[in-house]
Amino acid sequence: MSTFESFKSLSRAMFLGFRRDRTALFFTVLFPLMFLVVFGGIFGHQTTSKVKVLEVGPSVVLDQAVAHGDLAKVMKVTKTSDRADALRKVEKGDADAVIEQHGPELVVHYSAADQVKSGTVRGLMDSLVQSANLAATGKPPAYKVTNQQVEDDSLKAIQFFTPSLLGWALASAGVFGASQTLVTWRTKGILRRLQLSPAPIPTVFAARVAVSLAVALVQFALFVLVAQLPMFGLQLGGSWWMAIPMVLSGVLAFLAIGMLIGAWAKTQETAQAVTQLVVLPMAFLGGSFFPLDDAPTWLKGLSYIFPLRYLNDGMLNVMGRGLGPMSALPQIGVLLGVAVVGTLIAMRLFRWDAA
Amino acid sequence: MRRGFPIVLRMAQTIEVTGLRKRYGDVRAVDGVTFGVEEGEFFGILGPNGAGKTTTLEIIEGLREADEGDVSVLGLSPWPRNSKLLPRIGVQLQASSFFERLTAREQLRTFGSLYGVASKKADAMLDLVGLGDKADVRVEKLSGGQAQRLSIACALVHDPELLFLDEPTAALDPQARRNLWDVLREINTEGRTIVLTTHYMDEAESLCDRVAIMDAGQILQLGPPATLVRGLDAPARISVATGVLAVEDARLLPGADDVADDGVSLIITTRDPSAVIAAMAAKDALDGVQIHGATLEDVFLELTGREYRA
Repeated sequence: MSTFESFKSLSRAMFLGFRRDRTALFFTVLFPLMFLVVFGGIFGHQTTSKVKVLEVGPSVVLDQAVAHGDLAKVMKVTKTSDRADALRKVEKGDADAVIEQHGPELVVHYSAADQVKSGTVRGLMDSLVQSANLAATGKPPAYKVTNQQVEDDSLKAIQFFTPSLLGWALASAGVFGASQTLVTWRTKGILRRLQLSPAPIPTVFAARVAVSLAVALVQFALFVLVAQLPMFGLQLGGSWWMAIPMVLSGVLAFLAIGMLIGAWAKTQETAQAVTQLVVLPMAFLGGSFFPLDDAPTWLKGLSYIFPLRYLNDGMLNVMGRGLGPMSALPQIGVLLGVAVVGTLIAMRLFRWDAA
Repeated sequence: MRRGFPIVLRMAQTIEVTGLRKRYGDVRAVDGVTFGVEEGEFFGILGPNGAGKTTTLEIIEGLREADEGDVSVLGLSPWPRNSKLLPRIGVQLQASSFFERLTAREQLRTFGSLYGVASKKADAMLDLVGLGDKADVRVEKLSGGQAQRLSIACALVHDPELLFLDEPTAALDPQARRNLWDVLREINTEGRTIVLTTHYMDEAESLCDRVAIMDAGQILQLGPPATLVRGLDAPARISVATGVLAVEDARLLPGADDVADDGVSLIITTRDPSAVIAAMAAKDALDGVQIHGATLEDVFLELTGREYRA
């Protein structure tokens, strides 16, 4: 009999089993995508909410600035003629400032309640008046400031969240998938049944791994496609394809961890609980839900005990930061190492039956 | 080669077990078991829980290594995992060991593929166990009896010469059990050797050519069910409806050892049922008569004790 035929047929059986498992589909595919949509929606546009300003009566300085400058990005100007009502709004916090111009004088009414916003408005108005003064002299400015962001102009939150949430999705699918499969197969006697068939045992496990790898690639494709929608606007780095070997080695590492849990745990409930205990802290501390760049040093150090940290780093490098393909190699190495060590330990703990 | 003795030629037995022992810690799960199963035989292993049936079976199947003793299955050694032997035996396990969320047909095809069996042949197996109309039903939706039949089909999918069944009718309703018996008889008639473990004495009596009664890791008796029952020399019980015959009159019947009336039936215990029946016929007292002979269950209880063991 052909080993390859057995492999194909087993893979097909396991894939069908996965595809028909609505809960697994939800948690491995939809749930992480929902996170991506929510996180991408919240942080994606960097809308540090605009300053709301009420303009009472015409103000030439303000109107000109709004018409020519980038002021609209940070400030929302609403014209009104009801001065008393406008001031009340500032008092109640519905608006951040009221601006009126009396001849050469620009008056800013602000509330002390929100120091940050009122500070922003006052600073903005100061600079408006300065540039208006400068323009009135008719001379070119002696100094000027040019702002430049460190990252690519397009580096938005989505650049971070796509690889890191994908990392979490892969970790949870891999660890859950492997541990549940192993415990279920053992408690239901499928392992025994397979042991009694002439099919080589490695073929059986290879089929399971192949299914996980295929599912991971589907997760990857869906994540990237959704993140690239105009509303999220992910921009892939030139060597994004390097994320594929990254994803595959990550899945191998998580499958190995899952097998280890599955080989050790006696019941499905135990396996599930332990899997949660491993995956959730790993997702938080491994930098899947927030960037670790500003985290305290000890936390950063701690994060490197989690394989997910390496997957996130590697994927972020090639997908989000646009670094070269070589930048992912060390992470791939670590993940493959975890896969080998995890598998070896799992094999030592492995039992054919529940007894 | 020098031959000092005449060679006795005989058909190799399908299974030969000699002096089998297996110990778990202090527990002797199998404690010196010897028996053989002939080709084409329907062989039963009976015994209370913990008697060592399953361990014996698992050693023969090659799932466990014996501490002592020899096992030969179809002339081959089952341990360590013998991929020459595995395609020739079929095993139905106690638990319904199916892949999750597959239909009956997909399940069979998957198991078939492990043995290199073509899909068409796997599909044909569904009809054999009467699941043709359930081909596209997922295993989780099958009834207990249907799931058992599917698991037997999975064990048969590669056309094995020898089939092991571990309590195939456990937890089935009476109809499903009898239906499954028919399936098993048919499989056996095709010339396959079947080894079965069961708790149900009626099942063993109805299906098996020979049974081995096990307890505490040893075989207590081995033989055809009818021979074992006859060997028990147990009294028969004759019952008629209360009122057909007075208790006092019944006591006077020739051959009656004991008489009891529970208000529903009058029960006469006797070792000479024909004499009692003849005397009852003379009194015209045979209304609703029933005769209960000893069953394999009596043999079993006689051998293993009536005491309840959890």
